[in-house]
Amino acid sequence: MGSTLSEKVWERHIVRRAAGEPDLLYVDLHLVHEVTSPQAFEGLRLKNRRVRRPDLTLATMDHNVPTNDEPAEDISARQIEAMARNAREFGIRCYPTRDPNQGIVHVISPQLGLTQPGMTIVCGDSHTSTHGALGALAWGIGTSEIEHVLATQTIAQTRPGTMAVIVDGVLPADCAAKDLILGIIARIGTAGGTGNVIEYRGAAIRALSMEGRLTICNMSIEAGARAGMVAPDDVTFAWLEGRPFAPKGAQWEHALDDWRSLATDAAATFDREVTIDASALRPYVTWGTNPAQSVTIDGAVPDPDALPADARESARRALRYQDLTPGTAMRDIALDAVFIGSCSNARLEDLRAAAEVVRGRKVRSGLRALVVPGSMRVKADAEREGLDRIFLDAGFEWRDAGCSMCLGMNPDVLQPGDRCASTSNRNFEGRQGPGGRTHLVSPAVAAATAIAGHFALPADL
Amino acid sequence: MEPTRIVTGRALPLGRANVDTDQIIPSHWLKRIERTGYGLGLFEAWRKDPLFVLNDERYRGAIILIAGANFGGGSSREHAVWALQECGFCAVIAPTIADIFKSNAIKNGLVPVELKADAVSWLLAAVESDANTLITVDVAERTVTAAGLKAPFPLADFFQTYLLEGLDEIALTLRHEPEIAAFETKRAEWLPRVR
Repeated sequence: MGSTLSEKVWERHIVRRAAGEPDLLYVDLHLVHEVTSPQAFEGLRLKNRRVRRPDLTLATMDHNVPTNDEPAEDISARQIEAMARNAREFGIRCYPTRDPNQGIVHVISPQLGLTQPGMTIVCGDSHTSTHGALGALAWGIGTSEIEHVLATQTIAQTRPGTMAVIVDGVLPADCAAKDLILGIIARIGTAGGTGNVIEYRGAAIRALSMEGRLTICNMSIEAGARAGMVAPDDVTFAWLEGRPFAPKGAQWEHALDDWRSLATDAAATFDREVTIDASALRPYVTWGTNPAQSVTIDGAVPDPDALPADARESARRALRYQDLTPGTAMRDIALDAVFIGSCSNARLEDLRAAAEVVRGRKVRSGLRALVVPGSMRVKADAEREGLDRIFLDAGFEWRDAGCSMCLGMNPDVLQPGDRCASTSNRNFEGRQGPGGRTHLVSPAVAAATAIAGHFALPADL
Repeated sequence: MEPTRIVTGRALPLGRANVDTDQIIPSHWLKRIERTGYGLGLFEAWRKDPLFVLNDERYRGAIILIAGANFGGGSSREHAVWALQECGFCAVIAPTIADIFKSNAIKNGLVPVELKADAVSWLLAAVESDANTLITVDVAERTVTAAGLKAPFPLADFFQTYLLEGLDEIALTLRHEPEIAAFETKRAEWLPRVR
């Protein structure tokens, strides 16, 4: 029979299994941020409970922090202070704003080497699936579950199904990991992974950098999956070695032996398999209000009447909201804003890809463009390479780390009616600000679009 | 949490598919640090349209929400459940409900009901033609009943017990403290510690 990667990690973490009950799993790392945790800490206080393992818990501030020098508005400042206070009271390490380790929770943990193969990781944020890129089993939880993990370091979960997304072939040179995952979601739909852990497999996945794999696993939740994973390999190990929390010396060797045993056994089977040919993919742009509503950049806004019957009503609503006319070529759609950031695409490789396109060029007049690095370390690394100068000279804003315009909690929001090309992960109605219109793209397409003023590939410039 | 056995009442025919949690409660409402105060944020953007079904007087007092497929996808925000409950909703009926939302709902006593698509369509039509249609969600029986329709819905035994008894899950888990402590002695030495 054999086991899949996700089954192996699951089995290793069972604290208790009883008939008719969900498995009780041990949590190796609990990541906490300011927005979904205050009610959980309050719950602990009301019941006089403590945090069982502060040493396996890390907090930061990312969703609701300013990314410029402006002070946070009162209600946000209160939430940021609550995170700092809760961390102090319960003995949890917290990387606050202005700390060199602060950043988007899903960017800082892999960067610190805290995210390792075979671990279970949870966080009160749906994009926790990101950490699966290193072969961890990682998923987003709600506030009640946060309280449970804080108090017990365990979580009760029903066993997920297994799903393989096998990406064969070679990704075209002008396609990024973002295009690959948008292509996968276009194929399987926003509920295509519901109830399952997706394991991304195949030559095109193996060929991705760690940053690319993080982008892929990040958007597993956009396909409705419980989690997304990639089996750890030499790319993973090379990326991890030497990071602050990675094992050292003899422990590193022990860990390597263990991590090499995690890959899905040859005899294992998945509940569902989907195969995709990477060489047939193109750069994608979303036209609608969910991440499956996309076309390639060479395409046009679809006619809802030409779509499958069950997709028509959603498409009509989406086109009304997005103010788009069927048949319009994607390259003819003009933008008001470009956002390069988020836990999908704000790592160093993403900023390099965008800077390469922007170098020596100017942002289209009248268009607002901002770069929000995923962490303060990414920001510092980028500045060491001079990427900040390239962006600033072109007319981009260069910000501090945070979630920023991905979800529009801090003041970085679109104005009603504004149209934005965004490297983030959600194009829901109003996601980047009430009335704002979001189109998801890769960093290279976002950068080229900022220069052209309409959707464009770097080669179009 | 209060036990939930039977939910009987009128329903709101939302109908739409892919209702994500950003629509249920937009992100700017998430700046609060309390568990309450989200009612006015429920479907905030859609509510600005006077024709939106939540503004329809005929459905005032509805306690069951009927939606299309893939309800509650996207962000893990439990605030979406809190907002629905503050507005009086006790159950959500849809052909499919996203995993995290379903889990959040059960932990707060909001009953997530996944019914076959044709049964959901039938209920929507019934409620749209008569706003006073009474629907009963029976957690013990795992059925939905309305005039002329009785349909089963899936709910694992454990979650059923959880809803019926309104359990404190943390207290339940803490009973297994010896098993947790035993597990901790076997964890690999190289696993990271934050402090």
